[in-house]
Amino acid sequence: MKMKAPSKLYMFFVFLFLYAPIVVMIIYSFNSSESTAVMTGFSLKWYERLFHDEATLRALYNTLILAVASSVFSTVLGTAAAVGLDKWKKSPLRTGVMSVTNIPMMNPEIVTGISMMLLFVFVGKLVTDEAVLGFGTLLIAHVTFNLPYIILSVLPKLRQTDSNLAEAAEDLGCRPAQAFFKAVLPTIMPGIVTGLIMAFTLSLDDFIISYFTSGPGFQTLPIAIFSMTKKRVKPDMYALSSLIFAGILILLILYNFAQARSESKNSKDSRDRV
Amino acid sequence: MQQRSSLKARLIASPYVAWSALFIVAPMFFVVYYAFTDAAGAFTLANIKALSNYTEIFVRSITFGLIATVICLLIAYPFAYILSQSGANVQRTMILLIMLPMWMNFLIRTYSWMALLQDTGLINAILGKLGIGPFHMINTGGAVILGMIYNFLPYMILPIYSILTKLDRSLIEAAEDLGSNRFNVIKKVVIPLSMPGVVSGITMVFVPSVSTFYISQKLGGGAFDLIGDTIERQFQQAYNYNLGASLSLVLMVLILVCMAVMHRFTDNDEGGGMVI
Repeated sequence: MKMKAPSKLYMFFVFLFLYAPIVVMIIYSFNSSESTAVMTGFSLKWYERLFHDEATLRALYNTLILAVASSVFSTVLGTAAAVGLDKWKKSPLRTGVMSVTNIPMMNPEIVTGISMMLLFVFVGKLVTDEAVLGFGTLLIAHVTFNLPYIILSVLPKLRQTDSNLAEAAEDLGCRPAQAFFKAVLPTIMPGIVTGLIMAFTLSLDDFIISYFTSGPGFQTLPIAIFSMTKKRVKPDMYALSSLIFAGILILLILYNFAQARSESKNSKDSRDRV
Repeated sequence: MQQRSSLKARLIASPYVAWSALFIVAPMFFVVYYAFTDAAGAFTLANIKALSNYTEIFVRSITFGLIATVICLLIAYPFAYILSQSGANVQRTMILLIMLPMWMNFLIRTYSWMALLQDTGLINAILGKLGIGPFHMINTGGAVILGMIYNFLPYMILPIYSILTKLDRSLIEAAEDLGSNRFNVIKKVVIPLSMPGVVSGITMVFVPSVSTFYISQKLGGGAFDLIGDTIERQFQQAYNYNLGASLSLVLMVLILVCMAVMHRFTDNDEGGGMVI
């Protein structure tokens, strides 16, 4: 269906609103002066400076390590949880576990963040004299807020899976564990991958919960950005964000192409079969 | 056999059950514990009594959150509707473009609004060329609400859109065949059927808006403190964990009450199954 002119105009204004600050950011990242308000000339010096900034690169590295570790760990734990919850018969305990699963998604992030901080600080005081907040606490926090997203993307796939599948595999001579890895796991793989990607991006981008559960020894990129925006932001932050923006844009376009291709391939395959 | 499989199910889920007990449920108890004790760990109601000093901030947070949510809904609904009516390729591209800003760091996005809204910023420069203004926009309540709308608008568009694309077109055609005009089709068929999307959109915008703490500091210039700012200060500057915990407890209860009221409100309406 063709869009009418007023509809097009409306969409244009919404996108203008969404992209205005991003465009501003990209333009000023090429500014030759330090100002983020007045454009004085074109230069690439902020990009150059960025690649020589130890602290920022360190924070970027930390962010990636944390995102990989927390998304992989939560995917394993969450998939096992989903498999268990799927077979678990209805009982008050099961209902309770399911409601608890929703808590991190419903609670304001700031409450999740401070509640964990209180736990870490309280237990930390009992165990050691040193500060406990660091990589370990960040990892626990990230795994915890990732888990519901994994469970909620794997569980529907398990529901769609025929319950006879595992039994059939066992009848054909598989041990129960083999039946799971060879028959059930491949069918729920799309849900696991979706959950993994979601967890990875959530972890990459999280600021609020990380802000309360991290210590000075281990900073992630969003926290580094926060401490920089407390002072005056220099265009090197804009340069960094523009690079991240470009990276995400390329990834999304690639993903989209891959999806479009597999869709057209699928429809072609089904046509061929007919 | 049945018995055994359920036992096995519990065994497989047990690491997660232990994890969520330790890191979801236990932290909630710590919020309650800190809210009702003093710095030495003795029971006190002082933190709860001190909350009355913050009434104005609570009222402001809820008001700003409600305004931002309503405006998001008014912008997002027509947008999602138009989008759901367009071709498959247009939809795919547009959804990508809606999601793209969500992947950007929200601190940076909020910060670059400062460059736009300043008295000498880009918007005033453009308006000045047209001979209007300058307007004072930064450090106002409006700027804070704008920041909320900007950051959370995609969370309103996406759930409404995903419901509207799944809408059975034959229902709309049936309504048209039965003599409904365009306006009535939207009012009596499309809107009631899209309520689940609207409800989850409202939740996804209202909760972060009410509890935000960065937007108001940057765009409100410190003159429009919200609950989030107050909580953050107790933990990162004043180190009064007990007061911070009691503020968080109230925020949590407040949001639960708001959600319960809204669900009640929408459940009575049309009685459709509400899924978030």
